[in-house]
Amino acid sequence: MAQPTVAVSGGPFGTMDKALLLKIHTLMVRARILEERCIKMGRTGEGYFWIGGPGEEAFNVSLGLQVKKGQGPRYDYLNLHYRNSATLLAMGATTIDGIRQMRTVATDPYTKGRNFVNHYCVPEWNVVPVTSTIETQYSSAIGTAIANARTPGDAVTIVTGGDGGTAEGDFHSCLVWANRPILPLPILIIVVNNHYAISVPEQTQHGEKKISDWGKVFSMAAKTIDGNDVAESYASIKEALAYCRKERKPYLLEAVCSRLYGHSSASGANRVNEPDCIALFEEKLTAQGLAKKEDLEKVWSQALAEVDDAHQQVKKEPYPSPESIWEGVYAEPLPPSYPTKGGS
Amino acid sequence: MANMVQAIRLALHYGEENLGVREIFGEDVGPPLGGVFTATQGLRTAWNSPLDERGIVGAAMGLAWAGFRPVAEIQFVDYIFNVIDLLKLAANATWTSGGRYKTPMVVMTPTGSGIHGSIYHSHSFDSIATKLHGMKVVCPSNPLDAYGLMISAIKDDNPVLFLKPKALLRVKGEELIPGEPANEKELRAMIDAPIGDRAQWKPRWPDVKEYAVPIGQAKISKAGKDATVVTHGRLAPVALDVAKAFAAAGTGDVEVVDMRSLVPYDWELIKASIKKTGRVLFLNEETEITNFGEHLFRRTVDELFYDLKVRPRLLCGKATPGVGLSPVLEYVTVPQKADVGRALRELIDEPA
Repeated sequence: MAQPTVAVSGGPFGTMDKALLLKIHTLMVRARILEERCIKMGRTGEGYFWIGGPGEEAFNVSLGLQVKKGQGPRYDYLNLHYRNSATLLAMGATTIDGIRQMRTVATDPYTKGRNFVNHYCVPEWNVVPVTSTIETQYSSAIGTAIANARTPGDAVTIVTGGDGGTAEGDFHSCLVWANRPILPLPILIIVVNNHYAISVPEQTQHGEKKISDWGKVFSMAAKTIDGNDVAESYASIKEALAYCRKERKPYLLEAVCSRLYGHSSASGANRVNEPDCIALFEEKLTAQGLAKKEDLEKVWSQALAEVDDAHQQVKKEPYPSPESIWEGVYAEPLPPSYPTKGGS
Repeated sequence: MANMVQAIRLALHYGEENLGVREIFGEDVGPPLGGVFTATQGLRTAWNSPLDERGIVGAAMGLAWAGFRPVAEIQFVDYIFNVIDLLKLAANATWTSGGRYKTPMVVMTPTGSGIHGSIYHSHSFDSIATKLHGMKVVCPSNPLDAYGLMISAIKDDNPVLFLKPKALLRVKGEELIPGEPANEKELRAMIDAPIGDRAQWKPRWPDVKEYAVPIGQAKISKAGKDATVVTHGRLAPVALDVAKAFAAAGTGDVEVVDMRSLVPYDWELIKASIKKTGRVLFLNEETEITNFGEHLFRRTVDELFYDLKVRPRLLCGKATPGVGLSPVLEYVTVPQKADVGRALRELIDEPA
């Protein structure tokens, strides 16, 4: 695990108050319980492929709580990847909707049972469709950021992805377009560095000392932080968003995070021995006297009960109908002569 | 009469002023060039992008999701292959989001052979384009249709790939665009940038009117009773020339169907024409293996088998890795007028 290069100064939680810290903790726990349930559903055949974000909760909750949430270019756009469940929960998404997507039921509000879990889509919050294609969100982020740049106000575009994806051209497209002298873009370019591209260690494929060093080429604001630390994540995101909002320029933020259940269910989704951001956070909360151990345990049991109830509810919900495949091919109904037989 | 690039320029101007188009962009799309074929010259919202097709299409997707109705250009369709996955994402966003996101964007790009363009300026993209389900694909064969299709493409709530036949971009139309000055010299003086220093130049736009060619609607550019040719783009005027020559010589009465939209396509019109003539040639310049015309051919066999008098035909490009530069190579690789004449002759002459 690489050490963060920049630390937040002051005490362990800086200026963050107790209510905010406990709110963050609850969201992190709910996200973890949700992901662990989805992993289990995949194993028992109740769902299929799982991919998600256990290990990124400290960073992702801190991000979701600082989004300017709404619809249209006066609000922040989110071009996310498939490990942002905690960001969605922090923005107000429900755990039951994650379970719906995992079970591929018709009530899945993100994709109607069509896509993998953690492939969100929330037009009301400017969350554009999450895709399985690695790094393409860094290309679409160019467009939402131009929309933000053209619109009066302080809204920005946020894009997230992993370290592996930075080898793709889309990452470099995003950097080039965000730094065009004729129209710099207000875009928070996040790279969550978990040191692996599926099974391939970062150090075997990447000669960059830090991913944030790409910022040096453009003389742009850039930083690498410990994404496992709540206070450092929260403060760094706050600083970066404030910069993008005010300066209308890009900021490259690399967050070093754990990947607690491997890449996906394809590699077994087994727990690995890496630092756990929730355990680290709980140690600090109790050490600082901000919470008692039993209070924190109660948060876990309440989250588990919430997810249990949601899971039971989703089991009663219908799967998509076969004919629903023709809904949404176009924004309007299909023309009558569109071929729908699948051959002769 | 306006030529096709002038018609596209006029439609984009109409879109800027009336349809909410705020971003027209791509490589060399802004001043001073206004597009390598000048299709975006003088436009108020046209700007130059980095030389980055992925960034261009990504920007269009993001702008479309933000409701900006962008028009992006890929300089030649030959350079679109590295954005196929992004076009696929643009095409499937409405479906994957369960109908919640619309992606109203236009990607326009010059397509096909006919300008001695060698291996990387002669490609067609019809077959791949029509596999990006959720995307609409249009291809005009004359300036008025280009004007009307561009206006429809801008207004459409789906992504639209607007294929501009390279060989037809400088060909003048035979019909006036609504609001176009009747004198073409006057039009040129109004909207064509001068050669040389154009720093101070500004276009004077004619007061063009709304004229939409609905996407999905083909056109019978010549009615006939003996045979049907279904085509689009560069080969539509070629087929029309051949049909007119046959008619003048009294050697056949060919119906020419100009598809204009490849997806969704006007099956009802195509079907009615084939039922009438019982003989059909599908004509395009894409390569032969998994050619788009093969889909229409198959559907014809499935649905119209007992209406056919003779076997249907496909005339298309040869399945070579590219179109060679030497005219000898280009002409043998993609269908030319003489090939179309021969194919239609055989189609008409075969005993029923």
